[in-house]
Amino acid sequence: MAAISREEVAHLARLSRLAVTEAELDRFAGQLDVILQAVTRVGEVAAADIPPTSHSVPLINILRKDVVVPGLKRDEALAGAPDTADGRFRVPRILDEEA
Amino acid sequence: MSDVTRSTAAELGRRLAAREVSAVEVAQAHLDRIAAVDERVHAFLHVDTEGALKAARSVDEARVRGEELGPLAGVPVAVKDVMTTRGVPTTAGSKILEGWRPPYDATLVSRMRDAGLVMLGKTNMDEFAMGSSTEYSAYGPTFNPWDLARIPGGSGGGSAASVAAYEAPLAIGTDTGGSIRQPGAVTGTVGAKPTYGGTSRYGLIAFSSSLDTPGPCARAVEDAALLHAVIAGHDSRDSTSIPAPVPDVVGAARLGATGDLTGVKLGLVREFSGDGAEAGVGAAFREGVEALVKLGAEVVEVSCPHFDYALPAYYLIAPSECTSNLARFDGVRYGLRVGDDGSKSLEEVMSLTREAGFGPEVKRRIILGTYALSSGYYDAYYGQAQKVRTLISRDFATAFEQVDVLVSPTTPFVAFPFGSRTSDPYQMYLADLFTIPANLYGGPAISVPCGLSEGLPVGFQIMAPTMADDRMYRVGAALESAVPPLTPPPL
Repeated sequence: MAAISREEVAHLARLSRLAVTEAELDRFAGQLDVILQAVTRVGEVAAADIPPTSHSVPLINILRKDVVVPGLKRDEALAGAPDTADGRFRVPRILDEEA
Repeated sequence: MSDVTRSTAAELGRRLAAREVSAVEVAQAHLDRIAAVDERVHAFLHVDTEGALKAARSVDEARVRGEELGPLAGVPVAVKDVMTTRGVPTTAGSKILEGWRPPYDATLVSRMRDAGLVMLGKTNMDEFAMGSSTEYSAYGPTFNPWDLARIPGGSGGGSAASVAAYEAPLAIGTDTGGSIRQPGAVTGTVGAKPTYGGTSRYGLIAFSSSLDTPGPCARAVEDAALLHAVIAGHDSRDSTSIPAPVPDVVGAARLGATGDLTGVKLGLVREFSGDGAEAGVGAAFREGVEALVKLGAEVVEVSCPHFDYALPAYYLIAPSECTSNLARFDGVRYGLRVGDDGSKSLEEVMSLTREAGFGPEVKRRIILGTYALSSGYYDAYYGQAQKVRTLISRDFATAFEQVDVLVSPTTPFVAFPFGSRTSDPYQMYLADLFTIPANLYGGPAISVPCGLSEGLPVGFQIMAPTMADDRMYRVGAALESAVPPLTPPPL
């Protein structure tokens, strides 16, 4: 049985903000199915009472000194942007015209 | 004057200090070599001729003024295109960042500049460091200097190939699942992954933040250690940077080169001894072990029962983290924007931008990570993988109670022909079978050339406990002293 369907891949692509093509959906569904069947093996390990590791370095609450250091100037921060207006990042509309 | 491009970094540093050769001459010789061979190797995405010569001149001037300079002052270095370099194009191998010039330097880039290293340019890589062959670079692959019809490993194939092709004596790579070590293995060069947190990630374009580790590539173990010493150490700009002294990796490499490993215990991982590696790779590895035994090392078989689950755990953890990290490529602050014609919403523009800007492997991993983090699947996939990660770390801890280092082949197979593993992505993932456990655990690991199989280089991996990076350099340098040097055929 397939671990993941073409419809599920389409849904995940939408959640991931990827406007994938029909051809990609066909290809990815099969490939992701192979990968998922392989990684599902982690479920074979008895680990119910094992704590998870999110990170290999046991550091907590590492804070820097509260001192002012130079940061990027506005023009430098904006220099790589695809579009700017009035010294800010310009973005496409977020709300519908009617809203 | 002998060809400076054939020299080790350590030797170049000495000749520069003795003023037998100038930094400008050394930089120019490497730039000439790049001009002569990189059309065929394609190790570089960007060569910074002007910046390199300017940096070299400033080292020469400092030397004339009598300033005290480090052992690598004036030595050239190539930098993987995933590290930000102020004003110098940085793409991470992706079209989504084409033409981007970062406004700041990564910490290790500034540290190398302060140490007088001369950056030659930025090297090719699989897009966002996802891959084992550079075939997923949006700018075309790098070609293995040993055989131009074969892959140079990945993701840091450009860095490893630049070193193997004598375009640079040193390079910077990043290792998330083997991206420094596996390219080192298949190009016959040295690649070291430091302890996670031992080298700063500030300015490293993130793929999997709990695994990404920058480190050195070189043609000699001592050279890798010298570069390691320059880039390692605490950085307050990286919250996972370890606030502890850097182990004496250079001293350890020099000690190892004396060829005495009396009392050193090598662990052979039982779970790696099955049918994972090609016969020729296994044979070269065993010869490497025998060479170390002749130097006085003892061999102990150890069991790491959860290593069998490292690959599946990694391919849940890394894509999950990548999904989150790559969300920043939204067409707003940098890079590409597609479809912004005034009629489309932000969400539509974002989706079109990401569709156009990302290649197939990046898309697969984003989708896979989104799946593994979905409600209803989280516990079975990402959560379970994190628990397996704990068990793998415990396997390492138990093994290191019995032995000083663990050894294995670096990668199961020699450099493979282009196109042979791209149709089934999982076949590509198998290249990381032996390298991934050290990433999940966080400890240091190095690949050192140990011989040939079918005329192609084989890498020998040495894994050490967290913050015992010096041990891998000691054993690595000992191995290097005991096996014949590998030299690629002329290009």
